[in-house]
Amino acid sequence: MAHVNEFAFKIGTVNGTGSASANGLIMQSIFRMGVPVSGKNVFPSNIQGLPTWYEIRVSGAGHVARTPEFDLIVAMNPETYARDIEELAPGGWLLYDSSWPMADTLQRDDVTFIGVPFADMCVKSFEGARERILMKNIAYVGTLAALLDIDMDVIRGLLEETFGERKKHLLDSNFTAIRLGYDYALERYECPLPIRLESMDENDESILIDGNSAAALGCVYAGATVAAWYPITPSTSLVDAFTGYCKRLRLEPDTGRSRAAIIQAEDELAAAGIVIGASWAGARSFTSTSGPGISLMGEFIGLAYYAEVPCVFFDVERVGPSTGMPTRTQQCDIMLCAYASHGDTKHICLYPKDPRECFEFAVTSFDLAERFQTPVFVLSDLDIGMNDWVVPRFEWDDEYRPDRGKVLGPQELEEIERFYRYLDVDGDGIPYRTIPGEHPKGAYFTRGSGHTKYGQYTEDSEDYLEVVDRLAVKIDSAAAAVPAPEIRSRPDADYGLVTIGGCDGAVREALEQLEADGMRFDYMRIRGFPFTDEVERFLEAHELNFVVEQNRDAQLMSLLTLETSIAKQRLASVKYYGGLPMSAHHVLSGVHARLGSEVAQTAEGASA
Amino acid sequence: MTHIAKPRVLHPGLEKNELGLTRRDYEGSMSTLCAGCGHDSVTAALIEAVWELAIPPHRAGKMSGIGCSSKTPAYFLSESHGFNSVHGRMPSVAAGANAANRGLTYIGVSGDGDSLSIGLGQMCHAIRRNLDLLYIIENNGVYGLTKGQFSASADRGSKSKRGVPNEQPPIDPVLLALSIGASFVARSFSGDRDQLVPILKAGIRHPGLALVDVISPCVTFNDHVGSTKSYAYTREHFREASEAAFVAPKDFVAEADEITAELEPGDVRDVRMHDGSAIRFRRVGEDYDPTDRDRAYDYVRERQLAEEVVTGLLFIDPDSRDQHDVLGTVEQPLWEIPFEDLCPGAAALSSIMDNYR
Repeated sequence: MAHVNEFAFKIGTVNGTGSASANGLIMQSIFRMGVPVSGKNVFPSNIQGLPTWYEIRVSGAGHVARTPEFDLIVAMNPETYARDIEELAPGGWLLYDSSWPMADTLQRDDVTFIGVPFADMCVKSFEGARERILMKNIAYVGTLAALLDIDMDVIRGLLEETFGERKKHLLDSNFTAIRLGYDYALERYECPLPIRLESMDENDESILIDGNSAAALGCVYAGATVAAWYPITPSTSLVDAFTGYCKRLRLEPDTGRSRAAIIQAEDELAAAGIVIGASWAGARSFTSTSGPGISLMGEFIGLAYYAEVPCVFFDVERVGPSTGMPTRTQQCDIMLCAYASHGDTKHICLYPKDPRECFEFAVTSFDLAERFQTPVFVLSDLDIGMNDWVVPRFEWDDEYRPDRGKVLGPQELEEIERFYRYLDVDGDGIPYRTIPGEHPKGAYFTRGSGHTKYGQYTEDSEDYLEVVDRLAVKIDSAAAAVPAPEIRSRPDADYGLVTIGGCDGAVREALEQLEADGMRFDYMRIRGFPFTDEVERFLEAHELNFVVEQNRDAQLMSLLTLETSIAKQRLASVKYYGGLPMSAHHVLSGVHARLGSEVAQTAEGASA
Repeated sequence: MTHIAKPRVLHPGLEKNELGLTRRDYEGSMSTLCAGCGHDSVTAALIEAVWELAIPPHRAGKMSGIGCSSKTPAYFLSESHGFNSVHGRMPSVAAGANAANRGLTYIGVSGDGDSLSIGLGQMCHAIRRNLDLLYIIENNGVYGLTKGQFSASADRGSKSKRGVPNEQPPIDPVLLALSIGASFVARSFSGDRDQLVPILKAGIRHPGLALVDVISPCVTFNDHVGSTKSYAYTREHFREASEAAFVAPKDFVAEADEITAELEPGDVRDVRMHDGSAIRFRRVGEDYDPTDRDRAYDYVRERQLAEEVVTGLLFIDPDSRDQHDVLGTVEQPLWEIPFEDLCPGAAALSSIMDNYR
């Protein structure tokens, strides 16, 4: 199992004890060593005192999907010793705090136990309960550096960047703790282990960033000026990041006042209302929420759809239904967002696979919302949004200008005889809009009640149909404008494999395995809804298409059957929805299960 | 809410405001409310108020939720953008519009169902946010469009049209607003235009949220004997605490005497706004001080127990800080900021990327 730059380990701690900083330091050190790496924070919905884990996978080959196979576990939380030890792969290593003896019942013959008395060492070296606890968790960074050959100079450099000269005392105490762990391991154990790191240069053009920060940066670059939100895991850090960027990038030079209004609303309903009001008044505006928030925003989403108000909703999905598991990941809002709100509605949705696409799609979402004058949903998830990913550096084209869509300014209004808000002047389903306050001729009455193409209230069937039928045409026409699917074809493929969002890594890794086993797949990752023609063509080109996603009810597959003409029998669902990021083995077992049953059925048919 | 366009008939002799516009220029389409509805009087008072203030019609934003009251933005300012949103959610839509474009005059019209039941939370938080908005509650104690159910403002013991008394205590928007820090609170009566127009003008000019609770009887479902929101009951129990007028900055020089003349002689006092304008009061109730929140609360409560409806400009905070003051946003309306000033550009992105190494 164990290879240089090909292994996974996991750190079990108690939340609220500083372990997040320690784990981040390890991730960043490996990243700086130029080795492909991924980190998954498996945390509780709690502030302090409950078990939390951080999983790190190192893969020189670039396999950075989650793996459930751990070669090393750092067990810092006695409460979870039993579970942690059980999860360890045979032949693996268990690093634990040997200040207290490990119960005999927990021993495993096929595992090497590495005890380091972190608590004892820190009691001797540090003062005060809080510092001793924090430093105990920093100390294991040092031990891991020794065991895995993490470059101590890189660690030292990162600490210096974090604390600088101004917080030199913190730099010193942190590095002291790291050295304690490092030296103890070097003295007592054979270091490094067979699983270890070697510097590479894979990350020179990459960054380490979470999807929520990336999406927030996209909002800054897209020119968004109003954000309204209600705190909800796992989306909160998106607005937090937007706030942070705005403090640096959006201050008016002379006054120091802000060029963005960030409003914490009283609930998700109000957040949606604020966004709709702001967009109606001409600003690029967005909210960030998760599934429960989208449910609450439903009524307003229908209003924005019907009254044709452009606005952007980030849905950082988490496990449902109801409150579900707020700190676990799923792709469970695909259907919810596609048709959110009562009545006939359909919405533009974008599905980023990683933080880089969160940045890009954030910008795209505002352009699409304004071009099509409708709500746009960006669906990421807890894994993409809150975990740190190694992705290529973001790029920006200074030639970019926002696509504000069909907006009539004062000049244009002056020249036309009369303005009608919902008239399909160009025959493309998209009417012209005006911004309040610009010109007396631009005034119109925005309403969620039945309206004619002239913007007047109506209860007349013909008038009503004219508007809603145009809306259907308008939204369907957006298929040509949403990000095209990513397709990788080969001439001799046996099957199609379709997936979405953050499953990408797991699916690619699984495909390598399947192809090594002689099975040939074409690959398609859907990036937008309504589906482009390519989606249908891809499905039609394969007798059987696997659809890989993270929810119980095969929502992407359902959407494909509803929105393309593909026969249901030609789609096979592969799902994992337990709340952790998808792993390659989920894909493999799903594909094998289906193909195995097909073989069995064929045999049965032959014998009958 | 079928649309009936109002015929535009030119009367050369109509009085013009300083923009050269007549009251007709501030009207909307024909009201489809019941004949005699209090809301139509509020609409008329609003038209008078914005005409007198000479607000350019297209520089106002009319916001509403759902219900009879929320229909009224269609009946005034046809050259303004209007937003008839969803039930109880006018405050958030107004907050967003104001965030994006602080340059417009926002007029929100809501009702007691819209604001005190389904939208109670939104109303409270809009008050806390203190966005620059005239927030009118057309308060009639019933749900009209759904045929006469009690609303949350119905007084205990007030009888429905069928004679059934309301058993639940009312939510009083004035007391509620005072208790959560509203910067401007007034109550008036749709039947008292002389009182209502100056209050609306003051509310529009107040830099923050001006909550104006207007008792506006529902002639169809709540104007009978036994109702405490009828025309007759309100007239009989009406008690004026203060009279108010709005004084524009220039008027201090040119027309101060004339403005003062709007008020009956008495104890006249100015509350000055930051822009140099003022709200001018005359106390009607003994010792009433509309800048003293606690005494205003006590007075309204005390008179309420004596079954009186206290009206007038009841409270104003001269140091009101609105949503933008609190958020620290720029003076320029956000939506007007050129993209070049919003997007940091490629070079900045490159250095941001270095922070994620």
